[in-house]
Amino acid sequence: MGFTRGSVWKNVDWWTIALYLVLVICGWFSVCGASYDYGEPNFFDITTRAGKQLMWIGCSLGLGFVILMLEDRIYDTYAYLIYGVLLLLLFGTIFNPHEIKGSRSWIVLGPVSLQPAEFAKFATALALGKYMNEYTFQMQRTRNLIAVLGIILLPMILIILQKETGSALVYLSFFLMLYREGMTGAVLFSGICAVIFFIVGLRFGAEIMPDDMTSWGEFSVLTLIILLSAFLVGRFCRQVPQLPIYIFGIGGGGTLLGTLFSNYVIPFNVCHLQLIICGAIVIALLYFYLKEQIREYLYIILFVIGSGIFFFSTDYVFNHVLEPHQKIRIEVLLGMKDDPAGAGYNVNQSKIAIGSGGLFGKGFLNGTQTKLKYVPEQDTDFIFCTIGEEQGFVGSAVVISLFMALILRLIVLSERQETRFGRVYGYCVLGIFFFHLFINVGMVLGLTPVIGIPLPFFSYGGSSLWGFTILLFVFLRIDAAREK
Amino acid sequence: MERNYDLEKRKYVIAGAVVVIVLIFLIRLLTLQIMSEDYKKNADSNAFLKRIQYPSRGVIYDRNDKLLVYNQAAYDITVIMKEITELDTTDLCQTLKITPEFLRKKFHDIKDRRLNPGYSPYTNQVFLTQLSAEDCGVFQEKLFKFPGFYIQRRTIRQYTYNAGAHILGDIAEVSKSDMEKDDYYIPGDFIGKLGVERSYEKQLRGEKGIEILLRDARGRIQGNYMDGKFDKVPVAGKNLRLSLDIELQQLGERLLEGKIGSIVAIEPSTGEVLCLVSSPSYDPRQMVGRNRGKNHLILARDPWKPLLNRAIMGTYPPGSTFKTSQALTYLQEGIITTGTSYPCNGGFNFRGLHVGCHSHPSPLQLIPAIATSCNGYFCWGLYHMIGARQKYGSVQKALNTWRDYMVSMGFGYPLGIDLPGEKRGYIPNASVYDKAYHGSWNGLTIISISIGQGEVTLTPLQIANLGATIANRGYFITPHVVKEVEGEPLDTLYSKKRYTMVDRSHYEEVVQGMRAAVLGGTCRGANLPDIEVCGKTGTAQNRGKDHSAFMGFAPMKDPKIAIAVYVENGGFGAVYGVPIGRLMIEKYLKGKLSEEDETLATEIQNRRIDYGIHER
Repeated sequence: MGFTRGSVWKNVDWWTIALYLVLVICGWFSVCGASYDYGEPNFFDITTRAGKQLMWIGCSLGLGFVILMLEDRIYDTYAYLIYGVLLLLLFGTIFNPHEIKGSRSWIVLGPVSLQPAEFAKFATALALGKYMNEYTFQMQRTRNLIAVLGIILLPMILIILQKETGSALVYLSFFLMLYREGMTGAVLFSGICAVIFFIVGLRFGAEIMPDDMTSWGEFSVLTLIILLSAFLVGRFCRQVPQLPIYIFGIGGGGTLLGTLFSNYVIPFNVCHLQLIICGAIVIALLYFYLKEQIREYLYIILFVIGSGIFFFSTDYVFNHVLEPHQKIRIEVLLGMKDDPAGAGYNVNQSKIAIGSGGLFGKGFLNGTQTKLKYVPEQDTDFIFCTIGEEQGFVGSAVVISLFMALILRLIVLSERQETRFGRVYGYCVLGIFFFHLFINVGMVLGLTPVIGIPLPFFSYGGSSLWGFTILLFVFLRIDAAREK
Repeated sequence: MERNYDLEKRKYVIAGAVVVIVLIFLIRLLTLQIMSEDYKKNADSNAFLKRIQYPSRGVIYDRNDKLLVYNQAAYDITVIMKEITELDTTDLCQTLKITPEFLRKKFHDIKDRRLNPGYSPYTNQVFLTQLSAEDCGVFQEKLFKFPGFYIQRRTIRQYTYNAGAHILGDIAEVSKSDMEKDDYYIPGDFIGKLGVERSYEKQLRGEKGIEILLRDARGRIQGNYMDGKFDKVPVAGKNLRLSLDIELQQLGERLLEGKIGSIVAIEPSTGEVLCLVSSPSYDPRQMVGRNRGKNHLILARDPWKPLLNRAIMGTYPPGSTFKTSQALTYLQEGIITTGTSYPCNGGFNFRGLHVGCHSHPSPLQLIPAIATSCNGYFCWGLYHMIGARQKYGSVQKALNTWRDYMVSMGFGYPLGIDLPGEKRGYIPNASVYDKAYHGSWNGLTIISISIGQGEVTLTPLQIANLGATIANRGYFITPHVVKEVEGEPLDTLYSKKRYTMVDRSHYEEVVQGMRAAVLGGTCRGANLPDIEVCGKTGTAQNRGKDHSAFMGFAPMKDPKIAIAVYVENGGFGAVYGVPIGRLMIEKYLKGKLSEEDETLATEIQNRRIDYGIHER
């Protein structure tokens, strides 16, 4: 660090601040629209939701200003302290006697109720940055990796204990940062494969091929496993150039022939044949591993076997581990159960509201679908409905694009950091925004499961707005201290 | 910092993922908002009218399947303020038989968000509630003249019997705080306010449905949107079967007419409450319809406090009925055996302390002591227990042991009956006396708790439960008034046996004492020729005239009913408690009263106690 530093105001990224201000202002108008249901608008009255939100926005701007004025090094210095304090707060709230709507995650201080979970994200990001900035840190070292996972999992578990599963899932966004910092892509690859296997397996598990024997779900997943193993061998094991072609040919061709045979000659369960093919692939890869002593073969074997075990255990997990309401949510989302009156009610109402917006929307305060209780949580988790209804496709597209611009800008800022601390923290911040955007908007559009997390800067509530403001402005402050 | 260009490339993967997700969202928005015909119809939001469909509330039966509470049709008038055009107020007022001032105030109140927090000019707001079918019929004919007004069918509660008001409870429009506590409710909804209507609200209410109707540009209803695909069908509330015997309840209320008191009867083997009388009571039919508010206020201001459910909210000194619990405790702790005799010469006299007693042979053993309700015997028992230093070490430990026995019998804490507002009564512990007497006290100081006086108080329900525990010889099942919820198991609390700290064998001895009391002791009036009744009187001293109490059960072997009677200022236990107890037992076990007992019942019904309250 040099001693000649420019003024904060000269170095700070005004692009991000501008995006932030635009988003917050749009957010306030949305809260006005969502909470308004009276003839005469009275948005500046402190007793209304809009008035309160305005007050919190004011506080947030103050907070942002203060953060920019503070010394940038305090975050690095006190990262562990901040992290520790928030862990204690989270731990404390588990025993909190005050319940707000069945949740104990709120700390009530006189007129203000705060949710420590909203601030714990910031603290965790700082702690991760500090730890990963250590000179000896190496992503590949098991000890370091376990410590990193510990830093992420500790607050996550505490939040799950408060029954705020939605807020806890946000911590998964840190894996984006870990990926950038060199976590092997295999982790993300396995994660995505797991999700695909889970969805395909469940969605089509009960649908049977014309031969009356084979389940579409099982068939598709096993086909995917064979094709992916061929792809992986082709990508990572170049010693035997014909091998991927053989796997592809024997696996794919065998499956195809088997299917035809089963459908037109003698019906049998094609999946059994596929399992035999998988077994053959494993044995073949094992042979090449022993011969060539190249680890990649072993990994691919693990992938094939792991995928199989995972797939056949999802049924069990789905039926025995998940809570009934979570099961129903997933079934409705996958279109297995049409239940617009029950579990699908929220999402259907929100789709009607958005759909009724059309190209240009009904105009500010003219939305009616989102008024009152037809769309639940319409000024918190489902606020995007109001935007969709009142501002139409144009307004919604602008809002989503603004978020995209913010996240892309944050990638640029993170990449120009001079310390690993700054970059790690930056990726954590953008990961969190991305996750919130993905889950929240996806939920309202009926694309992701209903998980109760707010849309940053839009959802009504002081804790979440302050939490996101702190998250962002601390990063801006760190960024403003760079030398170039 | 060294740069790893291989890893830096990953920023493109991440940025790519963000762009792809955002693109997916945009495509989804495009299909929802612009491509889809289904949602395009919604562009004009006035096309929709969302009407709430109310489920029918569960009905209530007694234990013999007699219908107690059912639903009757009533009509609400609702209004959508934005749709009112050219309202002819005079015509409206005439049709609905309301004054123009009332109309003006009503509109003002609807718009006032402090009174009506869920107000919106676009949705149905409650205008008038619970109109009869006739009144509504007149309005229905003229409905076309009043755009914006709607009729909504609702049900109101009706009661078959004028009895059991405290148990059945009632329903009323939700208050603001109800809506804040549970966002299921919106203005105009009904919620259970008292009795089982309140404690089983969630089961009784069912679940509201929503019907989405399509309207044309003029507001005429065209039918259900997408053939009702998005409608939510209401789920009817669950029916309740009470453990109450409504005829027994009626007899109890009749016997306590003009008196303040309670009768509680429990089936010992199940903990089911057979009757729960609190006098004075009121007619549940008063609490229905548009006059509920007015009638409720009158009852709330009544100096006799008819709204108070004394059976579970009144806390009284149990008097001598409490002696049975003392005998059990002393026996279990080895302070006495059945052979132990104590002297009683006109009472308990020791170191200048005197607790009076009536005349009976002295000294005497436990069974005659229970039969004659000897004060001296139980005072000695407590004195020896509290003073047993080699056993307990200190008076504090001795008293806390005593307290543990009492709590195990269900005293000092609410039993957990399925009715709102149950009181806990009071059982003192050592620290209470340490504070009151600055640490210097002994068995003599607190002697009156042994005969159910002093600091000890119980609810009539707890006294009846004591009877049930003795009848069961050592355990009880938490008393409850609901026997069955349709299609739902009962809380396991109401089937679990709760054992006391006393052995079964000691209970047999107390049962013998209670039987002796009926055969030749203080409860002779409770004797029935062909049923073995066991009983214990109580005469509780207090500031005014003594309270008259009785606790008993029958038959002695295989008991079917345990009962507590408590009549405020009724004098000796034998005056009111015993005969009322006997009549109730007879009624329940035989199904009806004999002819001379019917005369006795009418005689007791007509007796009055002067409480110095005259405005009734």
